[in-house]
Amino acid sequence: MTTVAVKPATMGQALGRALRDAMADDPTVHVLGEDVGTLGGVFRVTDGLAAEFGETRCTDTPLAEAGILGTAVGMAMYGLRPVVEMQFDAFAYPAFEQLISHVARMRNRTRGGLALPLTIRVPYGGGIGGVEHHSDSSEAYYMATPGLYVVTPATVADAYGLLRAAIASDDPVVFLEPKRLYWSKADWNPDAPTAVDPIGRAVVRRAGRSATLLTYGPSVPVCLEAAEAARAEGWDLEVVDLRSLVPFDDETVDASVRRTGRAVVVHESGGFGGPGGEIAARVTERCFHHLEAPVLRVAGFDIPYPPPMLERHHLPGVDRILDAVARLQWEAGS
Amino acid sequence: MTVMEQRGAYQPAPPPAWQPRTDPAPLLPDAEPYRVLGTRAARAVDQDLLLRLHGELVRGRRYNTQATALTKQGRLAVYPSSTGQEASQIAAAFALREQDWLFPSYRDTLAAVARGLDPVAALTLLRGDWHTGYDPREHRIAPLCTPLATQLPHAVGLAHAARLKGDDVVALALVGDGGTSEGDFHEALNFAAVWQAPVVFLVQNNGFAISVPLAKQTAAPSLAHKAVGYGMPGRLVDGNDAVAVHEVLADAVRRARAGGGPTLVEAVTYRMEAHTNADDATRYRQDAEVDAWRDHDPIVLLERELTERGLLDEEHRSAVRASAEAMAADLRERMNGEPALDPMDLFTHVYAEQTTQLREQAARLRAELEAEDEAHGAGR
Repeated sequence: MTTVAVKPATMGQALGRALRDAMADDPTVHVLGEDVGTLGGVFRVTDGLAAEFGETRCTDTPLAEAGILGTAVGMAMYGLRPVVEMQFDAFAYPAFEQLISHVARMRNRTRGGLALPLTIRVPYGGGIGGVEHHSDSSEAYYMATPGLYVVTPATVADAYGLLRAAIASDDPVVFLEPKRLYWSKADWNPDAPTAVDPIGRAVVRRAGRSATLLTYGPSVPVCLEAAEAARAEGWDLEVVDLRSLVPFDDETVDASVRRTGRAVVVHESGGFGGPGGEIAARVTERCFHHLEAPVLRVAGFDIPYPPPMLERHHLPGVDRILDAVARLQWEAGS
Repeated sequence: MTVMEQRGAYQPAPPPAWQPRTDPAPLLPDAEPYRVLGTRAARAVDQDLLLRLHGELVRGRRYNTQATALTKQGRLAVYPSSTGQEASQIAAAFALREQDWLFPSYRDTLAAVARGLDPVAALTLLRGDWHTGYDPREHRIAPLCTPLATQLPHAVGLAHAARLKGDDVVALALVGDGGTSEGDFHEALNFAAVWQAPVVFLVQNNGFAISVPLAKQTAAPSLAHKAVGYGMPGRLVDGNDAVAVHEVLADAVRRARAGGGPTLVEAVTYRMEAHTNADDATRYRQDAEVDAWRDHDPIVLLERELTERGLLDEEHRSAVRASAEAMAADLRERMNGEPALDPMDLFTHVYAEQTTQLREQAARLRAELEAEDEAHGAGR
């Protein structure tokens, strides 16, 4: 029996390891973006890749996001498997035309003739004290674009497994990396990475019977903390980590909500027009007769992302989540 | 170490030692558009090339008039004519080898057809039965691109990827004068030059972006001059001179193949028709201006040379006319048939595998179609 070296690793390290292993396994995998080469990325996720694989496999591009994604489209058309890094959520916006008019629909408009196996890594979300334009939650824009997969990890193991799955996907994947979890640690064995479900499967992070918290990415640890705090109130909360916003795992979500009868959706993105509206509507349509209360949302306010000294008032926290749980009509049905 | 790594390497530069990173002089375009037809150099042009170009230009003109006629018969939703631009489009197709890639815009169906694409397949976008009517990999023709200049970075990426794989492939990307104002034009040229990608950019400067003339589009000395800012050569050519465009593009393709990097070519031409059949050009330009270009028509220029050399005999004329009419008749006949449509195709190629949600939506559409069929059956 071999001993497995398990030691603490950060999410950033797991993401970097996923890139490295994908590049080692498949010579068509190319990483490109701003500062990804010599510097190793502003979050150091690509650290060491240029040294190991050369600058033609891990390329510092000119500073132009539409150009980065547009050239990656051409590279994918020729059979490469590019992984592009958008340095920050809000810096990805110049690439939206390429994303929406080409990346998302190339397979469709060519009847499968030109599939684009490319991964777009986007650090997203707040909570790191970032100044203006460095903390957006842009997932709703991506979710609203058919033809893209939209994936976001919340754990170190998932960061590795989901990124490998994204790079292996024959469809374009927007891979959203929760910035404030880059430095989160877990015991993880990089030599025996956890087997990961294919893209599109949610997972129950904490089993509970009273109500379900439906969440993803940076809000998963917050919801787990809220679930622990809720025990004092006598609530046993289930926490579902969606992991994939597109495709959406109705099956896992429905099963949980039908079991608990109550649900709260939690995310940093604004509530109006945000992912929670779609999720709450789906749950209500599909689980109506199992619900004891309306599905509630705990979201960021409908405001431009606040300056760092005020962001804690914007981000959904434990208290705001517990307040929502308290409003789930506990007296009415029971 | 690859060429790219050498170019990309960090090099310390002490502040007082400033000098231009490359000499701009060799990158500058000629003062006048390069011409062959009507000059002494025309006599040296291979007569087979002249005759082939002439045949294709006449067919191309006929293709444009036939496609425009199809819009009037309701067989095409819209057609952006390239009448007047046939020389540039056909020279573009002629300059490429089989393994090379063409990246056309929506006005470049003729370039795609001249490259060998079935005219019906080139027109499905404009008929409206499917966005891209051909397999881009089979023909090495990227989908006809509507958002202006957005296909240019694709050409750069594809050419770059081919070179990384060691394949001898050049990409030729087509854009109009209006498209040069787009950000993607700038980004594509910049990436191409930094990466020394084997790509050629052909700007067909036809004078107008729908209604907006070039003077409102740019203050550059010429569009070809824009190349200098990226560190690549700019070439200015008479876009109605098929021989000159072919020569300049063939040079640029050779240069790209040899590792010399990208070239920007501006072909000065004129859009003889309105933007599309849905446009009214009398609102923004005078007939006199259009008429002035008729004497500089690409077919007229070529026929003058052929006549001078005694090559435009009745045998050639009638063979070319017959070929053009046969193409038009075939196009007319096949476009008059109803395209086969399967509404269930809407769900087939969104993802490699349908998501659960799309399977549910496909089932809903199938049920609607079955109900329609039943209703029609009951009415019979």
